[in-house]
Amino acid sequence: MNWLSRLLHDPRRAPIFLIAYTVAASVLMYIFALNFETWFFVLLLTSLLFLHLGNANRWLKLGLAALVIAVVIPLTGQENGALLNVSIMICINIALALGLNVVVGFAGLLDLGYVAFFATGAYVYSIFASPQAPRFLPHLFENLPMGLPGDYFWLFLPVAVFAAAGAGIALGLPVLRLRGDYLAIVTLGFGEIVRILANNLDKPLNITNGPQGITPIAKPALFGISLGKPVHFYFIGLVLMLIAITLIRRVENSRIGRAWAAMREDDVAARAMGVPLVKMKLMAFATGAAFAGAMGMVFAVKQTFINPESFTFMESIAILAMVILGGLGSIPGAIIGAVTVTVLRMQVLTELANWLTQFHLPPALNLAKYQPLIFGLILIIMMRYRRHGLLPARRHFVDIDALTADSPEPAPTAPARGA
Amino acid sequence: MAELLKAEKITKRFGGLVAVSEVDFTVAPGEIAAIIGPNGAGKTTLFNMISGVYKPSGGRLFLNGTEITGLGPEQIAPLGVSRTFQNVRLFKPLSALENVLVGMHTQLQSGLFSTFLHTHRQRDEERAAMREAVRLLDYMGLKQFANEAAGSLPYGAQRRLEIARALATQPKLLMLDEPKAGMNPKETDELKDIIRRLRDELKITILLIDHDMKMVMSLAERIAVLDFGTKIAEGTPDEIKRNPLVIEAYLGRGAAS
Repeated sequence: MNWLSRLLHDPRRAPIFLIAYTVAASVLMYIFALNFETWFFVLLLTSLLFLHLGNANRWLKLGLAALVIAVVIPLTGQENGALLNVSIMICINIALALGLNVVVGFAGLLDLGYVAFFATGAYVYSIFASPQAPRFLPHLFENLPMGLPGDYFWLFLPVAVFAAAGAGIALGLPVLRLRGDYLAIVTLGFGEIVRILANNLDKPLNITNGPQGITPIAKPALFGISLGKPVHFYFIGLVLMLIAITLIRRVENSRIGRAWAAMREDDVAARAMGVPLVKMKLMAFATGAAFAGAMGMVFAVKQTFINPESFTFMESIAILAMVILGGLGSIPGAIIGAVTVTVLRMQVLTELANWLTQFHLPPALNLAKYQPLIFGLILIIMMRYRRHGLLPARRHFVDIDALTADSPEPAPTAPARGA
Repeated sequence: MAELLKAEKITKRFGGLVAVSEVDFTVAPGEIAAIIGPNGAGKTTLFNMISGVYKPSGGRLFLNGTEITGLGPEQIAPLGVSRTFQNVRLFKPLSALENVLVGMHTQLQSGLFSTFLHTHRQRDEERAAMREAVRLLDYMGLKQFANEAAGSLPYGAQRRLEIARALATQPKLLMLDEPKAGMNPKETDELKDIIRRLRDELKITILLIDHDMKMVMSLAERIAVLDFGTKIAEGTPDEIKRNPLVIEAYLGRGAAS
């Protein structure tokens, strides 16, 4: 791989390579939209990784990346629905991995019940934008037998965000004094509580419709125009994901992000520096949960059907596997982890399973049932050979000379302060 | 004389063990005071009570006349008490600059939402904070390490970085817990200079702990001696040197005669 790394760092050859590779992968992807899709899709996604790593003009890289995610994927997706479906799930999972990364990677609080917040967001919208709410609130929804129309999707985005953040605080409060293994167990329990609650809240008042789940969920609409096609969901997911990346990048190198890192590294020293642990922990739980809340809604409208089975412990583990695979505390890491795990789960595993059917293996050997094994292997291999992940977190570099150069006053030798 | 810090019959019990027993102690503004005593005398426990890490089992603590007994460290730090730790406790993977910036946490205002929105105020505040942090690093002779991981710095530099981080909280009282531990004689001399400069130039009151008499005698203006959790002596370095109780605590019974 040395030649590749040299190629990507060569300021002369890298731009040419990036353009050639991205265009070639895009063309292949589009031509073979219906065949060999997984491998061409992986090729296309690799071009995004190269764009991240390559040494070239920032605008050129952004332009090529935009071409891939905003043109090639939706265009190909018109032909190939399965592919678009995977792409939507990638957007959702990137935002989930970034959110969990805030809690586990930045603040160092191991959370094994993260899917609970995803479920919160999904259920908050689904209950009201489906025939479910009219069932238990017949008077309020007298004229709306199908629940609220899709125009309310946008209104419900902040509602879901705050509901999930509230659930984050509800989880945060009882676990404030816990750390390590104990914290992991309680968060795991919290995730299960939310799932079991959704499973059983069909009586005495039928709020969640229990294991039968909720359907049909209103598709989003804007000014009466329905945005109900998968390609719309893709763009909604994409925009929300890009917002998530922007916000988390901003918070990473800020007063709040540093306080989280300090708390993670040494809580005694952090407190001695005046960092209020309670507030910071709750803030981390709420922030991480908020992103899951928004994405829960995208998931709900994409599926048009949700039930508690979509929010199992396995999902929490999958998101954690993404974060650890990519690199704890690393934003590019969470992204590459989410992409890898999603493609592995949805594409590679199913295709391998399909391919294996020709050998008439007993059903117990169905690869689709081996997901937990795959996650376990990912976690073990990463911990053993590459603890900091595929794209490890890098220390934020500050150009000291530039910082002091435009200083309004010449830097005195002693810090100015009151006595 | 108004005291900056006053401890009244301050006591800490761990189960049956009395680590600090009814210690009365004051620090005047602008002085370099020291607490000495043999290993296990309760020095660090006393420190931990003043900085809020431990809740005292008895007695009261006052800072500038206001009671701070039982407050947590995150409440005491903004009141102007900062400290270093006996075993350096830096945020190791963070850069030296970021370590100092964490120390400035309570002076900065930006919350989650202004950070998300990347407001002008937040960016200006961040830049100003970084400049101030670089200035503090420069003051402690650490500017060249600004972007290095704190855990990778040479040991002496880590000790100084801990002081820089403590200074970032803008303390009135700076407590140094065995600051010279693990330093060579040259580094120790530099450290003494630094401590004097902090007091003379920045007007910060210093309270330090050490069990090494030589260092404390040449630096501190007033010394309290702890032994088995009780204060056995207090006074100027000369008084302490001649005090038979102190000599006994350090050298054993019979050494004084």
